[in-house]
Amino acid sequence: MTAPTTAAAEQQPPPAAGSARGLLDRVLRMRELAILVVLAVMLVATQIDNTSFLSEQGIKDLLLNATILVLVAVGEAVVVITGNVDLSVGSVLGVTAFAAGDLLKHGGNPVLSVALAVVLGAALGAFNGVLVGIGQVPSLVVTLGTLYIIRALDSIWVGSREITAGLLPGGYKTFGHDGVSAVPYLALLAAVVLIAVGYFLRNYRSGRECYALGSHAQAAALAGVPVRRRVLAAFVLCGALAGLAGALYLARFSYADAGTGSGYELTVVSAVVVGGVGFTGGSGSVHGAALGALLLTSINSVLPAIGVSSVWVEAIDGILLLLAISVDRVMALRIAGLLRSRARPARTGTND
Amino acid sequence: MTDIAGTAEQSRGLRRPPLNGALRWDTVVGALLIVLLLISFSTVGGFGNALNISFLIGNTLPVAAIALPMTMLVAAGEIDLSVGSTVGLSGAVMGALWNHGMNINEIIVICAVLGVACGLVNALLVTKLGLPSLAVTIGTMALYRGLAQVVLGSNSVTDFPQNYLNFGSGRLGGTFLPTAALPWLVLAAAAVVVLHATGFGRSVFAAGASAEAAWFAGVRVKRVKLSLFVATGLVSSLTGVFWVLHYASATYNNATGLELSVVAAVLLGGVDFDGGRGTLGGAIAGVFLLGTLQNVMSLADVSAQSQTVVTGVLLTVSVLGPRVARQVFAASIHQRTRGKL
Repeated sequence: MTAPTTAAAEQQPPPAAGSARGLLDRVLRMRELAILVVLAVMLVATQIDNTSFLSEQGIKDLLLNATILVLVAVGEAVVVITGNVDLSVGSVLGVTAFAAGDLLKHGGNPVLSVALAVVLGAALGAFNGVLVGIGQVPSLVVTLGTLYIIRALDSIWVGSREITAGLLPGGYKTFGHDGVSAVPYLALLAAVVLIAVGYFLRNYRSGRECYALGSHAQAAALAGVPVRRRVLAAFVLCGALAGLAGALYLARFSYADAGTGSGYELTVVSAVVVGGVGFTGGSGSVHGAALGALLLTSINSVLPAIGVSSVWVEAIDGILLLLAISVDRVMALRIAGLLRSRARPARTGTND
Repeated sequence: MTDIAGTAEQSRGLRRPPLNGALRWDTVVGALLIVLLLISFSTVGGFGNALNISFLIGNTLPVAAIALPMTMLVAAGEIDLSVGSTVGLSGAVMGALWNHGMNINEIIVICAVLGVACGLVNALLVTKLGLPSLAVTIGTMALYRGLAQVVLGSNSVTDFPQNYLNFGSGRLGGTFLPTAALPWLVLAAAAVVVLHATGFGRSVFAAGASAEAAWFAGVRVKRVKLSLFVATGLVSSLTGVFWVLHYASATYNNATGLELSVVAAVLLGGVDFDGGRGTLGGAIAGVFLLGTLQNVMSLADVSAQSQTVVTGVLLTVSVLGPRVARQVFAASIHQRTRGKL
C-alpha cells in the first residue's frame, strides 16, 4: 500500500486480472477480425456479382476512397481512447485543405504546404486540448463550439474563393492519384501513420497511459499519469492528422472551398465506433478504427456496384453503426458475466 | 496529485454557492436577452416592426420547440442528436404521402406516430441495451436521414394546401406573433410545469444527477428516460411538419444540422451537459438569444459565416465561463482555508 503508486501501475497485474485481460484481448482481436471478415465477404460477394469490381483500378479506388477517412479516424480513435471526442475534425480538414491549396497556388513548395497543413491542424488541435484541459468541460461541447468557430473563420477567410485543379502543380495531383501498381501513394502514407500510431499506443508508456486515463481519469491521475498533458497530446495528434488529411484531400480531389469537410466529423466518429473503439474510453485500437473506416468507404463503393441505389447508402451506414455498438454491448455483457462466474470460485479458493 | 481529487471534491461541495441567486447562469442569459432586445429595438433599423419580430420568432420556432424536450433529456443525462434527421424524415414522409394524394390531416397523424417510433428506437437502444445515447443517436441520425432520402429521393414537394401554408408562415392579424407560436406557447407552458413543478420533473433531475442514487430512491430511471426520448421524437416530427409548411418545401435534407443549433442553445441556456441541472427558462432564453442575434446580424448585413462564429464563441464561453468561475472560486477558498490553518 505504501509503495509509490506509479511503480504499482507498472507491475504485472495479479493473475486473475491477467487472465481477464487475456480474454478481453482475444475478444478485442476477434472484434477486428469480425470487421475484416465482414469486409472480405462483402468484397468477394460484390466481385462475384460484378467481375470488374476488384480490378486493379477498382482496388486502387477503394484504397484511395478510404485513405483520408483512415487518417482522420486514427487521430479521432486516439482522442476517443482517452475518453474524449473531437467533433471539429471536419472543420480542421476544410481549413487546412484550403491553406495548403492557397500556398500551392502562390507557387509554394508542395512539401512545405503539407507541413503547413499539419502544423495548422496541430495548432487547432492544441486549442481544443487546452480548452478541454482548462475548463474540465466535456470535450463534446468544446469541440462542438470549435466546429462552429473554425468553420466560420474558414468561411470568412475563404469567402467564395475556391482552389481548383488548374491552380495546383501537376506533381501534387499525380501524388494524389498514382501509386505502386494497385496501391496508391496516399494509402502507403496512411498505412505508415497507422502502424506508427498503433505501435506507439501499444508499446510506449505514454501510449498505454492514454488507455489508462480513458478507462478512469481520476484513478490514472492518482497513479501518476499526467492526464491533462496526455489529453492535450491526443488532441494535437488528432488535429495534426486531420491537417494531413486536409492536404491529401486537396491532392486527391484537386478541389477545396469554404464547405470542404462539412459534416465529416460524423462519418469519422461512425468509422471509429464501427471499428470497436468504445465511446466510454480506454478500449479499442487504431487498427480497428482504420478497418471501420475502410468498411464504411467500401460500402459506399459496393452498393452502386451491385446496383443498389445510392439513396440507401446513408441509411445503411446508420444501421451498421447501430449494429456495431449493439453487438459490442451484448458481447461485453456476456463477457462480464463470464468473468464474474469465473472469478467467484477462484476467490473462495485462494481466500486472501 | 492530491489537488486534483481535492478540487473535484470541493467543486462538488461548492456547486451552488458561487453562482447562486442572482448570478445564476440562466438568469445571466435571460438578462443578456433583455439587454440585446432593448439595444436592438432602439438602435437597429428595421428590427422593431411587427413583421420582422414575427420572422424572428417564426424562424426560431423549430429550435425553440425541440429545445423543450431536449432540455429535459440533457437534464436527465442523455442527449439526442437525431432530432434534425427526425425533422427531415417527418417532412420527407409528409411530402411523399402528399404526392400519393393522401389527406393532409391523416398525414400529420402519421408523422406524429413516426416521430414516436423514431424516439422509441433511440429510447430502447439506450435503456434496454445500456448504450451511450451519443453513439446511438449519431447512428439514428444517419439512419433517419438516410430513410428520408429513400422515401423522397431528391424530389421536393411544395404544393401543400394554402390554409396550411398560412398556418406555417402567417401571423395573428397584424401582430408580431406567428400563428404557429400559439401551440408552441402551450407546449412550453406544459413543459415548464412538468419539469419544474411535478414529481416527474424532480425525477428527471434525479436521474441526471445520479442514475443509481435515483434508482435506489425509487425513481424508475429507464422509464423516465424512455418517455423523454419519445417526447423528443414526437416534438421533432411535429416540428418537421411545421418546417415543411413554414418554408413551403419538403426535401430530404430539411433541417440538416438542426441538432447542433438545438444543443448549442440548450447548453448556452445553462443546462449542465453532465445532467442534473438546468432550467427551461434558461434554455428558452438561450434559444431566443441566438435567434435574436442572428436576426440582428442579418439586418446589419453581417455575413452568415460571421454569425456562426458568434454561435460557436457563445457556446464555448457559456460552457467554459461557469466552470472556470467555479474553479477560481474553489481555488480562492482553498487558499483562504490554508491561510487560516
